[in-house]
Amino acid sequence: MNKPKLVMVGNGMAGVRTLEELLKLMPDFYDITVFGAEPHPNYNRILLSPVLSGEQTLKEIMLNEVEWYAENGITLHMGKEVTEIDRVKRVVRTSDGTEAPYDRLLLATGSNPFILPVPGKDLDGVVTFRDIRDVNLMIEASQKYKKAVVIGGGLLGLEAANGLMARGMDVSVVHLGEWLLDRQLDRTAAKLLQQSLEDRGIAFHLQKQTAALLDNGTGRVAGLRFADGEEIPGDLVVMAVGIRPNAELAEKSGLYCNRGVVVNDTMQTYDPRVYAVGECVSHRGVAYGLVAPLFDMAKVAANHLAHYGIGRYVPAATSTKLKVTGIDLFSAGDFMGDDGTEAITLSDPMGGLYKKLVLKDNKLVGACLYGDTADGAWYFRLIREGKSVAEMRDVLMLGEGGQGDVGHAGQSKVVGMPDDAEVCGCNGVCKGTIVKAIQEKGLFTVDEIKKHTKAASSCGSCTGLVEQILINCVGGAADVKPKSEKPVCGCTEHTHGGVRKVIREQHLTSLRQVMDFLEWRTPDGCATCRPAINYYLISTWPGEAKDDPQSRFINERVHANIQKDGTYSVIPRMWGGVTNASELRRIADVADRYAIPMVKVTGGQRIDLLGVKKEDLPKVWADLDMPSGHAYGKSLRTVKTCVGSEFCRFGTQDSTQMGIDLEKDLTGMWSPAKVKLAVSGCPRNCAESGIKDVGIIGVDSGWELYIGGNGGIKTEVAQFLAKVKTREEVLELSGAFLQLYREEAFYLERTVHYLHRVGLDFIKAQVVDNLENRKALYERLRFALSFEKDPWTERVKEGVARHEFEPLTV
Amino acid sequence: MNWKTVCTINDIPKQGARVLKREGQDDIAIFRAEDDYVFALVDRCPHKGGPLSQGIISGHTVACPLHNWVVDLKTGEACAPDVGCTGHIPVRVEDGQVSLDLK
Ligand code: SRM
Ligand SMILES: Cc1cc2nc3c(=O)[nH]c(=O)nc-3n(C[C@H](O)[C@H](O)[C@H](O)COP(=O)(O)OP(=O)(O)OC[C@H]3O[C@@H](n4cnc5c(N)ncnc54)[C@H](O)[C@@H]3O)c2cc1C
Ligand code: SF4
Ligand code: FES
Repeated sequence: MNKPKLVMVGNGMAGVRTLEELLKLMPDFYDITVFGAEPHPNYNRILLSPVLSGEQTLKEIMLNEVEWYAENGITLHMGKEVTEIDRVKRVVRTSDGTEAPYDRLLLATGSNPFILPVPGKDLDGVVTFRDIRDVNLMIEASQKYKKAVVIGGGLLGLEAANGLMARGMDVSVVHLGEWLLDRQLDRTAAKLLQQSLEDRGIAFHLQKQTAALLDNGTGRVAGLRFADGEEIPGDLVVMAVGIRPNAELAEKSGLYCNRGVVVNDTMQTYDPRVYAVGECVSHRGVAYGLVAPLFDMAKVAANHLAHYGIGRYVPAATSTKLKVTGIDLFSAGDFMGDDGTEAITLSDPMGGLYKKLVLKDNKLVGACLYGDTADGAWYFRLIREGKSVAEMRDVLMLGEGGQGDVGHAGQSKVVGMPDDAEVCGCNGVCKGTIVKAIQEKGLFTVDEIKKHTKAASSCGSCTGLVEQILINCVGGAADVKPKSEKPVCGCTEHTHGGVRKVIREQHLTSLRQVMDFLEWRTPDGCATCRPAINYYLISTWPGEAKDDPQSRFINERVHANIQKDGTYSVIPRMWGGVTNASELRRIADVADRYAIPMVKVTGGQRIDLLGVKKEDLPKVWADLDMPSGHAYGKSLRTVKTCVGSEFCRFGTQDSTQMGIDLEKDLTGMWSPAKVKLAVSGCPRNCAESGIKDVGIIGVDSGWELYIGGNGGIKTEVAQFLAKVKTREEVLELSGAFLQLYREEAFYLERTVHYLHRVGLDFIKAQVVDNLENRKALYERLRFALSFEKDPWTERVKEGVARHEFEPLTV
Repeated sequence: MNWKTVCTINDIPKQGARVLKREGQDDIAIFRAEDDYVFALVDRCPHKGGPLSQGIISGHTVACPLHNWVVDLKTGEACAPDVGCTGHIPVRVEDGQVSLDLK
């Protein structure tokens, strides 16, 4: 076995994350050796703050136990500092003479706390706040001594001050700047913060420069003197004045460094065999001190170490949160703003509330929240998505709260939610369970939480809440990305948008081609990516790409809806909700003949036969002799109608006929998610057009079209698209909008989410203003639909997919 | 050993499954992976009994159609972080004939 050797120096968060990503991609590719100067395996450094304050224990913050390294065949050297890299011989050496040869070297040496070069800096009782050793020193000191001074009013300093206070010490914070957290907050928010910390008993000395640390006569620190001569007492001094990338080792070995180990976009140093990630790195002149960007680096480095060769590190906006229990502070992106930005602020000093939103070119670029950070996750998502917020500008300040999710008893904020409050209504998961999983398992993404707790894994309406909980627990380290930035699934790095684009531009027509072209990591994908790619293929190349039944969810494969006991439900189409005696008689007969346990009128104006045995499906369809209602598909579902002008005394238009026409025009249309329409004959709107993907309301002078409504998980009122006069225009405009959605939306994205992503203006420009484009879109839809046949007839008359319905016997 | 021939490999679509019904006993799901390996499991998901035969098959795993647990086709074990196991049945494929060891 001659595997290439990978050596990693620095056993911290960024490095080990790189190894984890690498093992996911290429489990057995390298012989891996890890050197860590600390006598511990990898732990969650972020959570040293709650350990200091006594809210968590060291055991709880371990991320990878020693067994993890063993299970993955990694040779681990703990407590050994690498002192030399011989790049010619390609070996690293430690101070005790241990050597390890490498083919690839990964530097992840983190950073060092900056020590003020003042007299007395080496006295006993002067510590930094970086690792487990520091925390233990502080805890010991807190048991023996009374007075602590923290130098530095940044995130780290305040978290240290809070922790020491929780351990019973009198704490003062010394800060050079004009206000606290001057890298995260503006003055107003900082004053509010200072006030509430003072209320808890922390004293502040702002705009004070430390000149010297004083000796108590026995070599232990006794206090400190400022440049202006003033002195304050202290038997423990914590220096938290910043960090410096730890590039010493790299520099000594001749690698190019400039305030950090300089790397390119693929995390390679100037020596192509040597990669570097984490706080020790300088990327395009920037060194990072938060976990989220480091994790992005880890992904990129792993990808290249695994010889996949795709992925570049692109810096994204970051967010920070002060981890002091009871104080809610959140900032993200460019919250300071400059000449080119505008700010919306809400300031309520008495109520302890401050919010500042920074906009540039109608986009949210920064946010700073104090007192109520519940919407932090939402703002952060808006910042990262970078889409126009012009339309919601007037309500932006109100946050996501008013958006009307159902199923969590109206809860839209996790702050103040008790631990036993149910967050995920589908799977019965409480807040406490999620918090525990995040802390114990060291989770950083919503996907990981989904896997471990099942929260947000069903209908997804609680995803926002789960995201908030994550941010509350791990702050800026939370890896929250909008769907447009996320890979389709674990099988690939590519996003939904990226896959769609490649299919179109490269004219790919089969799953195999897509997976080969984009170098899928799994041999044949998974249950998440295959249905998505299959949809992208058939919607991009109708008539040309062949539908792959094995990549369809069971409902779409057998054209019925699976029930909890493995039976199926059958909903035949009733055009526009209109039926007749003969259809009803056939339904009744089928119900008797096949002993169907339940017959129910659906919310979509038709009849559901529930509990049909799979073997009986073809016979049931044959006897019904009605077309499929597609109640199981990411496809056109129903077109609800009201009575309309034919009978109703208020009706202005024949809404029933318009509904039937639309339904006939669109039947068999596959789409990214389900599509529902409704037509009402007057603004009384008895067909509920206001909560449909396309809702149409008849008025005296014609028809009004609304789009992007939703009556499901996220109740959302449809937005006005256009008013037209004739039946033909209604068909063409509805069809053109739906075709645009079919061509552009991501799989499982309903019209409401698509509309929010691209904006109403964009859609109007495509289908209302540009008549030629409207026609072209509608024609493409007609072309796609020309290949569709009724799936039930195909199965009954042509025997398609017979194997699905015929069990084997012995 | 009680080997019984149940079908030919071509009776099962690639990345698909067939159900074997038995009087008074659990159904058996017979899977054919993309690489033509054939597996047989008790057709009952370890989570809440969903019919695994109806799931999406990828690699040597199947995703349950009810709540998306992923089950290993060879062992019947749920993949991490889920835990649970459904029985697996020995399979033999000879000259395209698929036989199961129905003890
Ligand atoms: C049968 C029906 C309930 C009823 O008895 O009335 C129904 C039944 C199901 N709905 Fe529904 N929905 C039904 C009308 C609705 C409506 C009302 C409507 O269409 O006017 C809504 C809200 C309107 C909307 O969609 O905007 C609705 C919103 C949902 C949602 C939430 C979708 C969303 O994006 O917010 C889901 C979950 C999903 O699709 O992921 C869902 C999912 C389901 C599924 C398919 C769950 C599943 O995946 O198995 C249910 C199948 C039950 C079963 O065992 O067969 N159902 N569902 C209705 C069928 C209507 C029809 O004739 O086709
Ligand atoms: C108290 C505290 C709170 C924090 N809170 C947050 C927060 O809320 N959100 C956030 O995003 N970030 C936070 N951070 C920052 C975050 O922890 C760091 O960004 C992250 O840990 C950096 O990862 P890294 O792998 O680059 O370095 P580290 O995790 O520091 O790992 C580097 C490791 O390399 C070892 N090493 C160095 N040189 C050598 C050598 N020559 N040989 C062998 N081993 C060596 C070091 O001992 C260290 O163990 C916090 C940090 C601290 C200290
Ligand atoms: S029919 Fe719809 S609302 Fe009712 S339980 Fe099923 S998914 Fe939920
Ligand atoms: S029954 Fe299989 S996942 Fe729930």
